[in-house]
Amino acid sequence: MQLAGPNGAGKTSLLRIIAGFAAPDEGDVFWRENSITKNYDDFARELLFIGHKTGVNAQLTAVENVRFWLQIQGYSNEQELYPLLAKIGLVGLEDVPVRSLSAGQQRRVALLRLWLNDAKLWILDEPFTALDKAGVAFLQDRFVSHLENGGAILLTTHQDLTTHFNDLQTVTLEYRH
Amino acid sequence: MIRQHSYLQLFSAVCKKDLQLAFRQRAEIVNPLLFFLIVITLFPLAIGPEPGLLARMAPGIIWVAALLSTMLGLDKIFRDDYHDGSLEQLIASSYPLPLTVLAKVFAHWLITGLPLVLMTPVFALLLNLDSQSLVATVLTLLLGTPLLSFIGAIGAGLTVGLQKGGILMSLLVLPLYIPVLIFATSAIDTSSMSLDYSGQLAILGAMLVVAIMSAPIAISSALKVSVS
Repeated sequence: MQLAGPNGAGKTSLLRIIAGFAAPDEGDVFWRENSITKNYDDFARELLFIGHKTGVNAQLTAVENVRFWLQIQGYSNEQELYPLLAKIGLVGLEDVPVRSLSAGQQRRVALLRLWLNDAKLWILDEPFTALDKAGVAFLQDRFVSHLENGGAILLTTHQDLTTHFNDLQTVTLEYRH
Repeated sequence: MIRQHSYLQLFSAVCKKDLQLAFRQRAEIVNPLLFFLIVITLFPLAIGPEPGLLARMAPGIIWVAALLSTMLGLDKIFRDDYHDGSLEQLIASSYPLPLTVLAKVFAHWLITGLPLVLMTPVFALLLNLDSQSLVATVLTLLLGTPLLSFIGAIGAGLTVGLQKGGILMSLLVLPLYIPVLIFATSAIDTSSMSLDYSGQLAILGAMLVVAIMSAPIAISSALKVSVS
């Protein structure tokens, strides 16, 4: 599902509410028929959130960042990390602090998580920012395989999706004063 | 993909990251210590170098300097994580947040509190502190500095989202440090009279136990408020 709308319409706010970081003024968010405020841990287990602030520490290297993320999520698939670095175009940069990488490369470090998780619901805020064309296509390939595995994706983007997704739904938010 | 939940692994991963970051920016470890040293050297200059007077005031000076230098490092404890979005990832991790917070506070104590405790004998020399009071000072610092980290982290969690939260945090946290200060200095006073000060130590220890159990929950709630 794609969330669209002009700047300031509240896309990021809505994503943060759905991810459980902010409380809604009215109503509630349900995941598998349970309110996420009451069962946040169950929800968090199936959630992957990558926001504007990607959660990548600029002082640490790409490998340290991803490894830390895997550990705080309880994953033990570190051996998959190195082949992935080559695929995503970060080979040779494993030991460079992330702050010395370009904006697009930093974004790739954050997006590496998409290949290393088994979460059902992905919430992605502007995942294509700073990515080159090849990167965007590569990312959309990953979206396709995630959807084929029965996953769900909720994302905001100002770019048109170049891959055709069969059951793409677009919700457009209006800007109200 | 297998998920194995091991609380120990989470604890060590969070600790390791913070220690790694601290060692990459060594100023973070060295600056509070230098601050501590400078505050301590200011006192003989201000009140005169009379050894008897200094020795009597030394425990108080060391403790106040410890309070202030802990405050210096507290601001950093959640700031970077807040700004780069790591805090959100920690909240959305499949581990309970209080455990993560406990690890972060522990790492913070290792970086700022423990060096202070270890350096105290050196600083005590500067203030002509006798060995009996020195032992008491080190013991109270050993129990007291983790307590300072826990209480301070609540304030840090509440103010991390603010633009200039540093001063506000000091105003929030310093009054809460008063009980720690009272029992710590009372223990040192008692020891200088060659009396048994285990009662005061026991109270500090009890406060620490309460802090370890309840502060992480308070800090987690504070962080969730700050992130939303």
